[in-house]
Amino acid sequence: MNSHPIPASDAFAGPAPDQPSLSLAAPSLAEYFADNAGDGAVTAFIFQQLHAVIASGKPVLWVQDRMSQREAGKPYPPGLPEDLKMILVTVNRPVDALWAMEEGLHSDAIGAVLGEVWGDPAALDFTATKRLAMRSEARGIPALLIRRAAHPNLSAARQRWNISSLPSRPDPDDDRAPGEPLWQADLFRARGRAPGQWVAGPGAQGATLEHHVRMDLGPDAPGQDADDASRAAG
Amino acid sequence: MKHDFTDQGRGAVILPFTASPAKAAQFSTPNFRMGAGLRPAAGAGLAQAQQMLDCAGMMFGNDTKTSQAVITSAACPNPALNPAMTAPITAPPTSASRPGGPAQRITQRGTAGPLDAGNGPATDRDALSRRIVSIHLTDFAIARWLRWAAARHDAPPDDLPVVLAAEGAHGPVVTATNRAATLAGLHIGARVVDMRALCPQVRVVRADPDGDRAALDKLMLWARRWCPWTAVDGADGIVMDTTGSDHLWGGEAAMLREIEGTLGVLGFSTRLAMAPTHGAAWALARYGAVRAIATPQTLDSQTAPLPARALRLDGDTVLLLQRLGLKSIGDLAAVPRASLARRFATAALTQNPLLRLDQLQGRQPEPVNARTEPPRFAVQARLPEPVQDPTPYLAELCDALCETLAKAGHGARKVTVTVYRTDAEVSHVTAATARASRDPNHLRRLFDDRLDRIDPGFGFELITLEADTTDPLQAVQSGLDGRTEDGAALAQLVDRLSARLGPGMVRTPSARASHIPERSLTWMLALAQAPGARRKLGHISRPLRLLDTPEEIHVLYAIPEGPPVQFRWRRVSHRIAHFHGPERIAPEWWTDRASARLRDYYRIEDDTRRRLWIYRDGIYGEIYHLPPQWFMHGVFG
Repeated sequence: MNSHPIPASDAFAGPAPDQPSLSLAAPSLAEYFADNAGDGAVTAFIFQQLHAVIASGKPVLWVQDRMSQREAGKPYPPGLPEDLKMILVTVNRPVDALWAMEEGLHSDAIGAVLGEVWGDPAALDFTATKRLAMRSEARGIPALLIRRAAHPNLSAARQRWNISSLPSRPDPDDDRAPGEPLWQADLFRARGRAPGQWVAGPGAQGATLEHHVRMDLGPDAPGQDADDASRAAG
Repeated sequence: MKHDFTDQGRGAVILPFTASPAKAAQFSTPNFRMGAGLRPAAGAGLAQAQQMLDCAGMMFGNDTKTSQAVITSAACPNPALNPAMTAPITAPPTSASRPGGPAQRITQRGTAGPLDAGNGPATDRDALSRRIVSIHLTDFAIARWLRWAAARHDAPPDDLPVVLAAEGAHGPVVTATNRAATLAGLHIGARVVDMRALCPQVRVVRADPDGDRAALDKLMLWARRWCPWTAVDGADGIVMDTTGSDHLWGGEAAMLREIEGTLGVLGFSTRLAMAPTHGAAWALARYGAVRAIATPQTLDSQTAPLPARALRLDGDTVLLLQRLGLKSIGDLAAVPRASLARRFATAALTQNPLLRLDQLQGRQPEPVNARTEPPRFAVQARLPEPVQDPTPYLAELCDALCETLAKAGHGARKVTVTVYRTDAEVSHVTAATARASRDPNHLRRLFDDRLDRIDPGFGFELITLEADTTDPLQAVQSGLDGRTEDGAALAQLVDRLSARLGPGMVRTPSARASHIPERSLTWMLALAQAPGARRKLGHISRPLRLLDTPEEIHVLYAIPEGPPVQFRWRRVSHRIAHFHGPERIAPEWWTDRASARLRDYYRIEDDTRRRLWIYRDGIYGEIYHLPPQWFMHGVFG
């Protein structure tokens, strides 16, 4: 992305920048890119947004392909939010991962569908993401797709995030220990709102977003239209 | 798909395959067939065409007639004529018509009598109420070899003598001969060298008794196309309990003709007989008339002239009986029972003419002992000609099966699609469900994309759908809004995922009593356990993700027992900015081996801001004097 950040104060538009549950206000397909397989920031950031789903008591369908499972690890419920119900599906092929996600979106019993796909498989094209997005919107079930070692190619995901870790806050009790985690949340593509960058952290009701920096994508950028539209609507 | 039955409409009739032994005789009579109203009179030409194409000899009407007849049948007020009202609940006959579908029949395969809940062991009431068919494959081994040779384009001409030979005590011994060899005077049991002297051009092939046994096993399964209860009977026979099945084939004689004809097409010459007992059927098939049918009334008269060998006795006993002047079963039956009992009181079964006689005459029960219990709920579709893909028929089979299940108040936990191939093979695909279900759409979707795994061979003309395992399932209404019970949707999703990806790929976590991190939970099959919430460990922080196997890392540290300073993981070095720990987790001495070492866990943050969970396996100065190793185990958010 050839964008340079400008201060948000004079260029804010769209929903409040610190609004929680950014991607799940209207359930749809959201993509989360992680640069580093050993970085848990993306998992933590996603689960900050799934508070409502977990509270509803519905299970999360978690689909992992083998490579993601090997490189990034299996989910470990003792470290995940309490009351989370989970069905873990391990697949060998990306096309099976997409199929399993779509099956999950067919079911009323699932609270959210979380997929992890490694790399840029041919099966994960615009059509596949569009299917997931439309199915997710039709059923009102959030679909979240974690992508590692991947390029942000053409996709129909309504929001595309880049999540990485930031230095954690200091621990008040132990200055050598890592404290509360912070993440760099970079919404580089969105429908219905302006892209932006935030410093995110865990909150009681979802991720707290601070230090909003709005992207200046130029006049032809797709995010710009939505920005103008929301400003006009507001 | 092409059908030949264009003139007779495209209606499918779901016919009862009821199992009540008391009804068996009734089913076999033509009166019943008309009286039940299930098979209305069809045109003579239609019946002939049907007879020609389908040896079962059953009629099915054209679609309009059938559907009308079916409706009247369901409302028939006379229970004596209506099987729907008299049949046992285990195999409730249903009837429906399916307009516009391909010409096929979907038939309920019920169970044979022994499973009927209300009847108990049928032999207790009337030992002669069963209808047992014994099939004697007269030259199974050589016919199998000829089939195999023909498939390799290596079949010998009919006039070339061929014998199968196995190793005997004094060289190879003939175990099977083809027709030309028999005509040339070669006989079973002779030594191959002698037979070569008799007939120099004979072709000797190694016998394969294990392969024969396996093939007979497959053929036995394939024979379930005629009735659900079949078993292997010796090295060259199949025995079937056809009680209540014969009416599907137009009567007992027609069924025997159909069996003989179908096996003949496969190249197996057979002799078969039907009798009320296994022993009588065995005897009649081998020593009786062609396609003999013995009823309880004619059982004694038909078996009396058979030789004593027909009692399945060993050679010594037969010889003994001959010396005693008891050459036929009739002779033996005429001897006072007390004398026989006194003479053979302690003899084993194969040496005991009295026990064998009792088995033959029904005084001693001898049920057909199928290896697997026939499914209680099954439906089948018979196709007029072989097809390669069962998918178009699955929806109707599922509908019919679910209707059957609903009437019995059951739901399927495991369903199997079986296809009976034209080349005497059976292929099947099984799908399991997490909870009992009788939703036809759900059951059908379990087989999406999986029927490709069926090897169709040259096609198949019989498809069955069986509910192997069922659970009682009552209709429940949990709310007034018409929605189904909670959890059913989740179970159906799990079923679909498990059916396609494999049960082991769909799992749900379950806590275990262990403080070793990787042992503190197990992944259970989602089919077996519904997902449940897990309580956290209080203030102890645990990673979000755990690597399947801890990855070894190389760590630099300032002092041996102190915190790590730098580590190398996945070929990249990182400095440690913050650390928290150690948290010491000792091995579980009650499960671990003595060499297990304690672990010191550190929660660290490295210079790329990742928060990770590493541990040192062991400490310095332990009894093993091995330096400790470091491992990467988990990832924090």
